[in-house]
Amino acid sequence: MEEIIDKIKSAFKETILFFEEREMPVFIIKKEDVLSFVSFLKESSFSILLDITAVDYLKWPEQKEKRFEIVYHFFSLEYNLRIRVKFSIDEKEKSPSLTSFYKNANWLEREVYDMYGIKFDGHPDLRRILMYDEFKGHPLRKDYPLKKRQPRLEGLKDD
Amino acid sequence: MIKIKKESDNSFILNIGPSHPAMHGTIRIVVETEGEKVINSDVEIGYLHRGFEKTAEHKSYPKIIPYTDRLNYTSPLINNHGFALAVETLLGIEVPERAKIIRVAMDEIARITDHLIDVAAMINETGAITVLLYMMEAREYFWDVIDSTTGARVTTSYIRIGGVKADVPENFRELTEKAIKETRRILREVDGLISKNSIFLKRTKGIGVLSKEDALSYGFTGPLLRATGIFYDVRKFSPYAVYPKVEFEVPLGENGDVYDRYKVRMQEMEQSMKIIEQCLDLLDETAPERVSNRDVDAAEALSKSKFDKGVKTERIKLSPNLEGMERESYDGIYSKNRRFVPPPKQTVYNSIEGIIHQFLYVMDGYGIRPPKGEVYAAVEGGNGELGFYLVSDGSDIPYKLHVRAPSFHLMSSLSEMIKGHYIADIIPIFGSINMIGGETDR
Repeated sequence: MEEIIDKIKSAFKETILFFEEREMPVFIIKKEDVLSFVSFLKESSFSILLDITAVDYLKWPEQKEKRFEIVYHFFSLEYNLRIRVKFSIDEKEKSPSLTSFYKNANWLEREVYDMYGIKFDGHPDLRRILMYDEFKGHPLRKDYPLKKRQPRLEGLKDD
Repeated sequence: MIKIKKESDNSFILNIGPSHPAMHGTIRIVVETEGEKVINSDVEIGYLHRGFEKTAEHKSYPKIIPYTDRLNYTSPLINNHGFALAVETLLGIEVPERAKIIRVAMDEIARITDHLIDVAAMINETGAITVLLYMMEAREYFWDVIDSTTGARVTTSYIRIGGVKADVPENFRELTEKAIKETRRILREVDGLISKNSIFLKRTKGIGVLSKEDALSYGFTGPLLRATGIFYDVRKFSPYAVYPKVEFEVPLGENGDVYDRYKVRMQEMEQSMKIIEQCLDLLDETAPERVSNRDVDAAEALSKSKFDKGVKTERIKLSPNLEGMERESYDGIYSKNRRFVPPPKQTVYNSIEGIIHQFLYVMDGYGIRPPKGEVYAAVEGGNGELGFYLVSDGSDIPYKLHVRAPSFHLMSSLSEMIKGHYIADIIPIFGSINMIGGETDR
């Protein structure tokens, strides 16, 4: 377990902005190097992408430089190790897509887009997944009110 | 919205669901067929989206527990456990041994009920209604156990932050042993009816196969991943509660088809029953001295005090729902760190400190306030790894709560699994996924 973390650390000295070992190892990386980092992880036995989600830090007690953070969880069967990889992203930026590495990234990224409005660069089919198409706004953003109501009026257009 | 691009000129577009008897969990599948073969499809989920994650960002930690019941409603106890585990990891509190044993026993009971309904529904949809009726009988026995332990059949809210709601009832062993005995008999009958039934074999063998690589790439966990022959079980890989202390095997399949999934689930139920039996013995070892419940000592205390002249004293009866929650059982069921657990009702009703404690626990802005940070805790759910990703900003409500729902990942592969099969094969393939709307759509 130690060796794989050392391997990742030495291969991406420039990319890793922050590393911490909590209940699992956490890497905060630069947004530009996400794809090369993930492709390295995939090659070094992290065969399962457990989860993709985002966090909206709009109402976080201390102000953050960028609004969103994308969070990946990976799992390696060989080392029996879960790791968390995070990077910050601004509202207008596009996040790189992991669809070329992991097949479940397709739906997971659609969910993040649906809930937070973060667009993914290179996603083959980015559309809403849980909410309906006519829904305005992105419900998990911190500035979306809890009890806001939306009638489904002008939907129902022909495909 | 469904988006489907016609791939062939001779094809026909067929819509299945969202309200269709076989689409339990309300999803919609639109398939493009050539003859009876599916050549292309699109799956639409989200019909059961209730905004669990958004709601959780506005509720204090203990108040989220009832919402977790409604994620995977065929095994609510496991969801309770997963969420409680995430908060406990963040708080850094330890749960007493007895509570851990109870949690594992209840988890496994929930897993059996989950597998029972899934296997029953799948076999029912391939034409054997008898099995559904048999298995519902077995599930009823386990629901009796759940009912008498948690006070509810489905919406259990039993596993709480820092422990469990109440100790198990006195007849827990009796009820559970009966349920196990009956379920073994029923499973034997089902095995005899189905496992070598040529119709069932033809409907399931070689259907819905995903290779090992694809299964991993789709983020499969749980019975579906094990059916492909990959050994991964959260209970073995990152054990929690008392799983290291109990012996059990993890059944594996070979081909990753619908039949192997059925086989894996059937064998897992047997393993779960073995775990429950071991838990029953462990529970006996840690059993506290039983106190006569329901009688609060308020009246007794009052009658002994000197102020009771002219005061009419009556013994207060607590609701039977509070059985097992007496102060005396607290050492067994709740964490020693009493700051994070609700006070026993005797204390609340009888002392000012108890009331203060109760208010500090339930009032907005006080309650459980974990330190700033984030945590990912996972348990082995009915469908695979059920993870809770929790971000805390130091207040009493979570800043963010995300559920890694196993059936969401399974559903994302449905289009690929049904490709090239007949329309009739969609039903067993979809049945073998055990898609639970509450969990997938959240």
